[in-house]
Amino acid sequence: MTFEYAPAPESRSVVDIAPSYGLFIDGEFTDAADGRVFKTVSPSTEEVLSEVARAGEADVDRAVAAARRAFASWSALPGSERAKYLFRIARIVQERSRELAVLETLDNGKPIKETRDTDLPLVAAHFFYYAGWADKLEHAGFGSSPKPLGVAAQVIPWNFPLLMLAWKIAPALATGNTVVLKPAETTPLSALFFADVCRQAGLPKGVVNILPGYGETGAALVAHPDVNKVAFTGSTGVGKEIARTVAGTRKKLTLELGGKGANIVFDDAPVDQAVEGIVSGIFFNQGQVCCAGSRLLVQESVHDEVLDALKRRISTLRLGDPLDKNTDIGAINSAEQLARITSLADQGEAEGAERWTAPCELPSSGYWFAPTVFSGVTQAHTVARDEIFGPVLSVLTFRTPDEAVAKANNTAYGLSAGIWTDKGSRILAVANKLRAGVVWSNTFNKFDPTSPFGGYKESGYGREGGRHGLEAYLDV
Amino acid sequence: MSERLSVFKTYKLYVGGKFPRSESGRVYEVTGSKDENWLANAPLSSRKDARDAVVAARKAFGGWSGATAYNRGQVLYRVAEMLEGRRSQFTREVADAEGLSKAKAAALVDLTVDRWVWYAGWTDKIAQIAGGANPVAGPFFNLSTPEPTGVVAVLAPQESSLLGLVSVLAPVIATGNTAVVVASERSPLPALSLGEVLATSDVPGGVVNVLSGRTAEIAPTLASHMDVNAVDLTGADPALATELEIAAADNLKRVLRPRTGEDFAATPGTERLTAFLETKTVWHTTGSLGASGSSY
Repeated sequence: MTFEYAPAPESRSVVDIAPSYGLFIDGEFTDAADGRVFKTVSPSTEEVLSEVARAGEADVDRAVAAARRAFASWSALPGSERAKYLFRIARIVQERSRELAVLETLDNGKPIKETRDTDLPLVAAHFFYYAGWADKLEHAGFGSSPKPLGVAAQVIPWNFPLLMLAWKIAPALATGNTVVLKPAETTPLSALFFADVCRQAGLPKGVVNILPGYGETGAALVAHPDVNKVAFTGSTGVGKEIARTVAGTRKKLTLELGGKGANIVFDDAPVDQAVEGIVSGIFFNQGQVCCAGSRLLVQESVHDEVLDALKRRISTLRLGDPLDKNTDIGAINSAEQLARITSLADQGEAEGAERWTAPCELPSSGYWFAPTVFSGVTQAHTVARDEIFGPVLSVLTFRTPDEAVAKANNTAYGLSAGIWTDKGSRILAVANKLRAGVVWSNTFNKFDPTSPFGGYKESGYGREGGRHGLEAYLDV
Repeated sequence: MSERLSVFKTYKLYVGGKFPRSESGRVYEVTGSKDENWLANAPLSSRKDARDAVVAARKAFGGWSGATAYNRGQVLYRVAEMLEGRRSQFTREVADAEGLSKAKAAALVDLTVDRWVWYAGWTDKIAQIAGGANPVAGPFFNLSTPEPTGVVAVLAPQESSLLGLVSVLAPVIATGNTAVVVASERSPLPALSLGEVLATSDVPGGVVNVLSGRTAEIAPTLASHMDVNAVDLTGADPALATELEIAAADNLKRVLRPRTGEDFAATPGTERLTAFLETKTVWHTTGSLGASGSSY
């Protein structure tokens, strides 16, 4: 007999989503100058959650002007006072974390298990961490009196909406900058709820401005002549465009872009632990993670054993209602992203890689993609080169550590990598040779506010998190 | 008895540890800054020379970045020693190049020697300044370490032919990067002579490659080269710098923009060191030593 899970949905009643939201400029919600709006939907049901104002160029002007006005007094505040605002924000996020987790799950489609246990705790921790830096900047190694840059233009993606907001806003405010932030068009709600957190914290008006919108809004924001800092997390293609836009200006730029992380499994690795790590590496957040371990490099001698165990484990993953506390795999964030994943996976099949799909039923509405594994993948295959940003794993093999390193580094990206082995010296030797900004040994997809995160090569530049993360917002 | 006729030197590029002429066979006339006297015919590097230099720099990167920091420090110090022994030659070249008195030129050469010493001392300290352990909330040992970015194209300052050149070059290689340097267009001779110093200082071939010629001709090839990881635009004018920064975006090169009025005589900070470093953060699983979580 088989045991079925009973549904265990988290209650939606903890969150009250208004039928419409404005832009958050200078401490107030306001309509877009041209009155445009867009709808945000729940990716798991396609239900319209709310209608949100869509910022245009005039709104960007207004928001940047508000941030500029706020900058003088905000940057002049004693660091200890700025710190207290950030501590307040961290606390209020903790207090409202269940509400924000449910909201994020509704708007993004990711499982409540993840928003509740990963996103929200990390959001609060990030504000808590950078709050403490605000009055200690002279000890951070960036000179005796490091100065803020001014107005920061920040554009964030949809995969970790509130967490990416925290990564951007917390260090910016701690260092005395003011911000204009554009959330992604498919996930604007948590940023707008964050505006309410700012209100509750009594944050001076204009210090944080939120401009929901599409790519055009982001483009106008980063091109605005009165911003001093541009921070972007998103695709490598857009990152390059932004780098061209700010060329020849004095704007400081940090970019957190795509990845094609290698997860390297040696033959002495404990298979069950490695399999857990492989699964979290590629199926966490439906694989919509820039640092996902999307290329599995497995030593040839244990290939079959690892692959069998992996398929067994993947078959137990529960895909479905993101609000269900037992759900492992939620919805893909948008129809557009689903189409991209589908097309790349089809290409993998067409190019001759062997496709295996987890045996699970997909809900009839919403955007869904079953966990998928490609084996027999070569380095020339598209699924081994392009970032898929979905629950699709490509399996390659290697014989020697040197070959593993060469294959791992054979990519234009350089964001993350994983190493699974029992041998300590091998971990150190391999980690040393990997050209990636974050390396996990015998673990994967771990994040912490104290730990710098960011890429080599075409995965971008600059670091977020830790002492290193301050540099992006200081005039050094 | 007639005065002895001096022996001129044919100035050549320094690429991959060798001293080639430009593959194009071209030269250009280099004249003194003050009197416009002919000084030498310097190689007029082509785009192909630039690509060859990138190949040499890439080839040298593994060994140089993999050398111990102590070793790199000793090599940089050796450069200072070699330069010290050639002070009179460089004093003459800098005086001619920049139109300075012997005394002023000598002071610049002294500063240049000292600059190598300053950066020699940084090689095994920068990781302690720029890296460190991060107290993550979990059973992990988390360590951030700076690593060299890779191949760095350096456009040397146009005005300061030796001190400026070394001030932008030394920090790039101190941390384990390899460099393709485009010398001051008008005053390339001290840079080309520096190649001779580097070649006798245990600097492995290819770690530093020196090109002379038209900055505006060579630099776009370097800025758009997909195997170059970073560019230092110090020697580019604003219009060229913007064009190069746009080209650099094609593979997201790290870009150090030109600064106005940079004083190369002042003691440098660490900015030029950290500009071409990547931070690698490694999470090591620590686990626990028993069910109690205690080692006792």
